[in-house]
Amino acid sequence: MKLAALQKHMTRAVMTPLTPSEHMQRRAPGGGDMRRYASRFIKPNSRLTSFERLEIYNRQYWWRLLASMREDFSGLQAVLGDRQFEAMSKAYIVDCPSTSFTLRNLGAKLEAWLRKHPKWAGKKQQLALDIVRLEWADIEAFDGKSEPALRPEDLAAAAGGNIKLHLQPYIQLLDCKYPVDDLLLAVRDSGEDSTVASNAFSESKKRRRVRATAQLKPSEIFLAVHRVDESVYFRRLDREEFEILHALRVGKTLDNAIALGFRKSKMPVERRAATVQTWFQHWATLGWFCQTQQKPGKH
Amino acid sequence: MPGSRFNGFTDYGIGIGLRSPHYEHILTRKPVCDWFEIISENFMIDGGRPLRILDEILAQYRVVQHGVSMYFGSAEKLNREHLKRLKDLVRRTKTPWVSDHLCWGSVDGRYTHDLLPMPYTFEAAKITAQKVREVRDFLEVPIAVENVSSYAEFHVSEMTEWEFLNEVVERADCGILLDVNNIYVSSQNHTFNPLDYVNSVPAERVAQIHIAGHSKYRKYILDTHDHPVIDPVWKLYERAIQRVGHTATLLEWDDSIPSFQEVHDEAMKANKFLSSTLLAKAV
Repeated sequence: MKLAALQKHMTRAVMTPLTPSEHMQRRAPGGGDMRRYASRFIKPNSRLTSFERLEIYNRQYWWRLLASMREDFSGLQAVLGDRQFEAMSKAYIVDCPSTSFTLRNLGAKLEAWLRKHPKWAGKKQQLALDIVRLEWADIEAFDGKSEPALRPEDLAAAAGGNIKLHLQPYIQLLDCKYPVDDLLLAVRDSGEDSTVASNAFSESKKRRRVRATAQLKPSEIFLAVHRVDESVYFRRLDREEFEILHALRVGKTLDNAIALGFRKSKMPVERRAATVQTWFQHWATLGWFCQTQQKPGKH
Repeated sequence: MPGSRFNGFTDYGIGIGLRSPHYEHILTRKPVCDWFEIISENFMIDGGRPLRILDEILAQYRVVQHGVSMYFGSAEKLNREHLKRLKDLVRRTKTPWVSDHLCWGSVDGRYTHDLLPMPYTFEAAKITAQKVREVRDFLEVPIAVENVSSYAEFHVSEMTEWEFLNEVVERADCGILLDVNNIYVSSQNHTFNPLDYVNSVPAERVAQIHIAGHSKYRKYILDTHDHPVIDPVWKLYERAIQRVGHTATLLEWDDSIPSFQEVHDEAMKANKFLSSTLLAKAV
């Protein structure tokens, strides 16, 4: 068997989902008996059959990728529950196996995939989509590119209606139907606390809190997922703030961005100028504007 | 070997794998450590905390890059995006050599994120060596290939693992990252004498050595990097050092990671063997 053929053969088996008891399937890819399939290219030894030797790699693959899903999407896991999350993750990995050299990108297609497969979240579809978007934004913001920031005084000097201000590539802007920032912080808080020895009462209280938060009622929020001193933060925005920042991100001029921001605003006109000035000061202080525009890097 | 073309003519001593639970200790206490090995893929990113920490480490320590997903042995072409990002990192760290595994792990652009074992065939050796050369030419640094732990063998194999390793490194004219723990794990899983392996490696090509712990199961041993190094592995290390001389040595500890001090103490046990080579040289 040539190298390319052997590798395709083995990969198909390694990527075949495990049985519910976490063993390799008896049925080979494309049908037939997996024992015969394995014995065609793997030698047995005195302790392990070909099937058992291949099963070691099959298990490692699934355990490693499922662990990565759990690590990256603990919020979605809280929304769906452990069992449903695991089943969904398996289905996702089968449909969207990793195509990157790093597991960081394993969840890159999860939002789009979940939209196509609403059965996994059922009635919680919107909540699930919102939390996935936030968790992916968190990953992107964590190690996204940053450019030299414009200081507030640079911004003042550059003032003029036709200028284009560029947002830092690492900043992620989200509009969500649910307050998923609260949910994710509660989930993470619960995860962190669980490593510390604590009594059963507080453990159960924490679980109840996460469950309760996972039953969130819809409430539209706007978020900037950003970094301060290389730590990721979720900052809630007013709708107008979000619209302005979004318009700047897609390349609108300052004038146009502000106009778009207040297109549907109920804010009294006389308050707008001062409010916008305050926002821009905050954003500049946080280093959100940069000198050149780079799209967030793809891995 | 000290100061060879396979390790950029450096003479590094004992290093430790740089892992996130130790960042704070390293940056605040500044412990003495000859060098750190980083997992390249963890830093092939655009920005943020990992790169800032790396820069702080680079300001104080020597760093060598070790990769886990180049997949020299995959039949498919190299991933150009991977190579570009790796080269950016090489420029940042000024690593004297780059290592990755003698294995495969991707097919048709789909990644298993595992170090899958090679079939030991001449065809595979030729393909693998060609890719090692391509990577070296692109990165412009010496490459060392690491032997992996394995749990399966293939019917098509035409030679032993060590013969295959030798075939690849001769064809590619590259260095070896000799992992003595992996030799031990594979020797137990495939029933061969690990000394035969250590004794047949071309000593002049060994750029670096890995030591680590592993986990024993009922029917096989798994390379888990979550325990101290066991005595039989130290014995292999001793033999390797006798053959290759004072060589950059790194302790890997990737799971159930204890304190920095504990990892450091474990790594420093290698000094017993390394110092004997210096003594022998002095005599």
